[in-house]
Amino acid sequence: MKTIWITLLGVCLYLPGWLQAALTIEITQGVEGAVPIAVVPFAAPNGRQPPQDVAGIIAADLARSGRFAPVPEQNLIAQPVDTSQVRFQDWRTLGVENLVIGSVETVAGNEYRIQFRLLDVLRGRQITGYSMPAKPEQLRYVAHRISDIIYEKLTGEPGAFATHIAYVISDSKNGNKEYQLQLADSDGYNPKTLLTSRQPLMSPAWSPDGRQLAYVSFEKKGRAAIFVQAIHTGKREEIVSFAGINGAPSWSPDGRSMAITLSRDGNPEIYSLRLSDKKLKRLTTGSAIDTEPVWSPDGRSIVFTSDRGGSPQLYRMPSQGGRAQRITFEGNYNASADFSADGKSLTLVHGQDGRYQIAALDLDSRLLRVLSDGRLDESPSFAPNGSMIIYATETGHRGVLAAVSSDGRFHQQFSLSEGNVREPVWSPFLTRK
Amino acid sequence: MRFIQAVAIVLSIGWLAACSSTGDKKSGDAAVVEDRSGDAGMDAASADATATAVGGYSDLTIDSLTDPSSPVSQRVIYFEFDSSEVAEQDREFVAAHAAILAANPNLKVSIEGHGDERGAREYNIGLGEKRAQSVRRMMEFQGVLSSQMTTVSYGEEKPAVEGHDESAWSMNRRVELVYVAY
Repeated sequence: MKTIWITLLGVCLYLPGWLQAALTIEITQGVEGAVPIAVVPFAAPNGRQPPQDVAGIIAADLARSGRFAPVPEQNLIAQPVDTSQVRFQDWRTLGVENLVIGSVETVAGNEYRIQFRLLDVLRGRQITGYSMPAKPEQLRYVAHRISDIIYEKLTGEPGAFATHIAYVISDSKNGNKEYQLQLADSDGYNPKTLLTSRQPLMSPAWSPDGRQLAYVSFEKKGRAAIFVQAIHTGKREEIVSFAGINGAPSWSPDGRSMAITLSRDGNPEIYSLRLSDKKLKRLTTGSAIDTEPVWSPDGRSIVFTSDRGGSPQLYRMPSQGGRAQRITFEGNYNASADFSADGKSLTLVHGQDGRYQIAALDLDSRLLRVLSDGRLDESPSFAPNGSMIIYATETGHRGVLAAVSSDGRFHQQFSLSEGNVREPVWSPFLTRK
Repeated sequence: MRFIQAVAIVLSIGWLAACSSTGDKKSGDAAVVEDRSGDAGMDAASADATATAVGGYSDLTIDSLTDPSSPVSQRVIYFEFDSSEVAEQDREFVAAHAAILAANPNLKVSIEGHGDERGAREYNIGLGEKRAQSVRRMMEFQGVLSSQMTTVSYGEEKPAVEGHDESAWSMNRRVELVYVAY
């Protein structure tokens, strides 16, 4: 328990304060068979209402996963705070399999203690329960951590609620284009601008420890550069800026190298860059476009996009370079791959009949499954637990984000009040388990 | 090298003259295109003004770049979907710019490649770069010095026309020639 508190606090220290929500989520297609769960509003024992509805955040997280169907608050038959107050028989009648109860208690001045219990209604017993401290600005984060614990206990897979998404916003202000690199919680709350520029920003990529983002900026007029920026300090460093392309950064799983695309030797080629001494190694050759490298989670291979066969398709090569094998064969356009954390599948942009949609490719069976139904969908990124894929789409000629469960059954959309949002990338897990 | 340059200039002027005599005017097409886009960082030229300038090819100088009646006042070359090949009808247009650059070694140009919004963003950066390099190679072949040219690709990040159909996409698959100092 102590270790959990420490890691929680360690991460919380550099989280931004609570801000207005900028991205709002709408579930656009639900799933039949989502497991009914009741999340009872958390009590405030000494009367002071906390600034966040912790139970509401947990219920929304569980609903967004597509795996659970929280009972609407007005349908709750009782609002127990402690296990002794729970009449399991009543909840069984309601068809609820699990029950979450808890409290948010004010302790010493400006701190809270959150207690929660996850109960098995059928067996009439507690599955797990925790007590954790939180400052007001940490309440949302702690709520997401509780969602993670509940999700893992009930599905056997880690939850990915206490994670972040990074994305790019473009907007026109007084006729001037403005680009922003932003970071938000996985539910779209707490947006924080990491960088603003009049020139394009693109291709954000998380470091494996979730502490840094690499991205491409055109802020030096007429030239692209790859930067690495520390999220909590804002400190940034230019990594490369050769003539031509400096793009498509992707970190190796050990965080020591980056695969990038350069055209400094004439053609768009993939290089690996050792970050300690900036040593470059060229990994591809030929006259085709080779770009969009992504490292497999075991670090042994790199998947990339190439038009060497006439149309853009995905290829796989050893991470030190060498013979590349084509891995996509369906459709005339397959690009922009991202690996699932288990390395067993890829998500990608799949173009067929003039439509560009998000697909998942099972690497063993080579089975390709289209998951989205947009016309111009792009930039898919796996959640670190592999449960969801976030991507960019358009609605009403505006760029918005959407997410789909990796089985394609559950859809949701993140909308922004203004501007175009795109290139979402889901962070890795932000705490060690 | 100087000989090649001279040949290149003569050849390109020859092509342009041939082009003007057949009435196959890239510049006229580009002007119409320009009117539709309205904003690609270029000097606007009406189709009429360009049509009357056809006889001026043999006098291409640096000043032609800012002369709205000259074809080289246009700066944009358009491309087919997923292609980085300069179309046959645009080659004399590129050659005209190359002639001016070759004759003025202090003149520098940034060759900026772009793509339409479809598909993957970084792949589109690659495509824009290939387009810019196609133009660069043609110019190099006509005697423009390597040191006079830089390429940059903005992929789909800086569309000339906002829009989500072929009429916008065809305007966005392009290379823009941006003269740095003259």
